[in-house]
Amino acid sequence: MATKILTEHVNVPGIETFDVYRKQGGYTALEKALKTMTPEAVVEEVKKAGVRGRGGAGFPMGMKWSFLAKPEGVPRYLVCNADESEPGTFKDHYLMKNLPHLLIEGMIISSFALGANKSFIYVRGELMYVIRILEKAIAEAKAKGFLGKNILGSGYDLELVVQPGGGAYICGEETALLESLEGKRGNPRNKPPFPAVKGLYQCPTVVNNVESIATTPWIMNNGGDAYAAIGIGRSTGTKLISASGHINKPGVYEIELGVPVEDFLYADEWCGGIRPGHKFKALVAGGSSVPILPANLALKLENGDKRLMTYESLSEGGFKTGTMLGSGGFIVFDETSCIVRNTWNFSRFYHHESCGQCSPCREGTGWMEKVLHRIEYGHGHQRDVDLLVDVASKIEGNTICPLGDAAAWPVASAIRHFRDEFLWHITNPQEATQPGAVYRGEMALV
Amino acid sequence: MNMITEATKPTIQFTPERLERAKQSIADYPEGKQKSALLPLLHILQEQEGWTSPEGMDYVASLLDIEPIEVYEVASFYTMYHLNPVGKHVIEYCRTGPCCLMGGEEVYAHLKQRLGIDTGQTTVDGQFTIKEVECLAACGMGPVFQIREQYYMHLTNDRVDEIIDELSK
Ligand SMILES: Cc1cc2nc3c(=O)[nH]c(=O)nc-3n(C[C@H](O)[C@H](O)[C@H](O)COP(=O)(O)O)c2cc1C
Ligand code: SF4
Repeated sequence: MATKILTEHVNVPGIETFDVYRKQGGYTALEKALKTMTPEAVVEEVKKAGVRGRGGAGFPMGMKWSFLAKPEGVPRYLVCNADESEPGTFKDHYLMKNLPHLLIEGMIISSFALGANKSFIYVRGELMYVIRILEKAIAEAKAKGFLGKNILGSGYDLELVVQPGGGAYICGEETALLESLEGKRGNPRNKPPFPAVKGLYQCPTVVNNVESIATTPWIMNNGGDAYAAIGIGRSTGTKLISASGHINKPGVYEIELGVPVEDFLYADEWCGGIRPGHKFKALVAGGSSVPILPANLALKLENGDKRLMTYESLSEGGFKTGTMLGSGGFIVFDETSCIVRNTWNFSRFYHHESCGQCSPCREGTGWMEKVLHRIEYGHGHQRDVDLLVDVASKIEGNTICPLGDAAAWPVASAIRHFRDEFLWHITNPQEATQPGAVYRGEMALV
Repeated sequence: MNMITEATKPTIQFTPERLERAKQSIADYPEGKQKSALLPLLHILQEQEGWTSPEGMDYVASLLDIEPIEVYEVASFYTMYHLNPVGKHVIEYCRTGPCCLMGGEEVYAHLKQRLGIDTGQTTVDGQFTIKEVECLAACGMGPVFQIREQYYMHLTNDRVDEIIDELSK
């Protein structure tokens, strides 16, 4: 049986209530941390666990915590990033809706570790119904003495505030999120200074993803070493994967890092294979921002070994033949999918969501969308394919925040692996623009 | 607090229950950081008025003791705030990749045909507005749209008809 660190009790009826969560062992980790551990010891366990940020960047959480500046007399903040807007990703939605108390317990433990007395959960505004679930759970926890003043008689005080966003992907970027939390437009800040030094209200701040924070109760109960024993190498623990697209069983799955991509895609316990009668064409393994891979490269490394669901294995081969784990948004494409249309769709997303501060991103995303639109609608030129590669390369690395890169990679990778499909659209516009027309030329379907 | 004179007295006010929620929200943030409550207050405004009207935004500015322009520039940055009046039911469908893979484009075309309006328009009876939005974080349940706080998932043409029939009653 695979270890479930986050979702073991997800199917227990009433688990969203305090009483049922408590009966399943909830809040014992908090009791242990507050009554028997120092904040430094909590940080130490998280460091030992080696848990890496689950919001997409994969930065080690314990290390981030240890960077937090601690000037005398200045408040420190913990902000939970629940903006979840990366296309293909819906795990935080699932976690918060089903297990609100797990996040709240994790927030209290993490806030205690960081010495924060007011912490925020920034939830995308579209999830207002989830915000109400969280607020109810917070009220319950407060009524039981797990939040508020002098929690469990430990002398530690904490208020938890849930803030709704207003609808903007860019507010998932941590400094844009902090701006938004201050009641401003979500324009990312220049770094440095990093949030660990100057974050919310110019005070030292840690921003972590929902799933990252939700690992802390298990780590307190079982120890960092036990967490690190799960997974492979530097990919420790479990990961929630949001599976969507042309598979038999879309949904959110908690896997031990290290499961082969092939098993995750085909085993009944997870995706259950490609929908009947169809073949596997391509995979976006970690949310729309990561490079798309053709089926053969998604399943196997260049040397023929199985590709695994780990940070390292997914990125093996660099951008030439690899991709990234990202946020774990696993989008599966069968042979009926048009890569050109999907790439245009994604580039429209990034153009729409660019905050507009940096010209390479603001202009480049619009330009890529326009060129992809004309290729998709039968007005492409031969030179457009190289033009796209050129524009993408000029955005990459030249912007304030990583949204620019996130916009460039899907385009560059689609052309890298599916160039013939783009050229087919350009040279056969009449055929390619028929309803439902899809490139059927040579490619490795599985 | 801004000086509220007869000339600047807001033409819109929150209902007592909403005013209470707005005050609680302001109290959530540290002293002097009341502007942080701007996004929550704009949601309360839209919940009451159906949209973030200029009068409403001025009122929110007065509650937060900030300049109206600080409210306008924020409201216009975020996609959830309606800067123009909308219909009674605002249908916000997800146009992003994963929903389209699941047949979203056909379903949304059916929705528009059924209501006889395009994205961004409102039916003449003022009942329905259609908006297109980006990913709603429900990709495994696509195609998806949202009406107010409710998510509608696994949409098909038949399901869309059912929902519209239900809401039209
Ligand atoms: C454009 C953009 C969007 C992002 N969206 C999210 C998001 O929705 N949720 C999230 O946790 N992190 C998101 N991130 C990553 C955050 O900036 C940050 O790295 C993360 O919240 C840190 O938490 P973690 O270390 O626990 O992953 C985004 C980054 C970028 C550049
Ligand atoms: S890269 Fe794009 S989204 Fe990020 S700050 Fe620059 S313009 Fe804004």
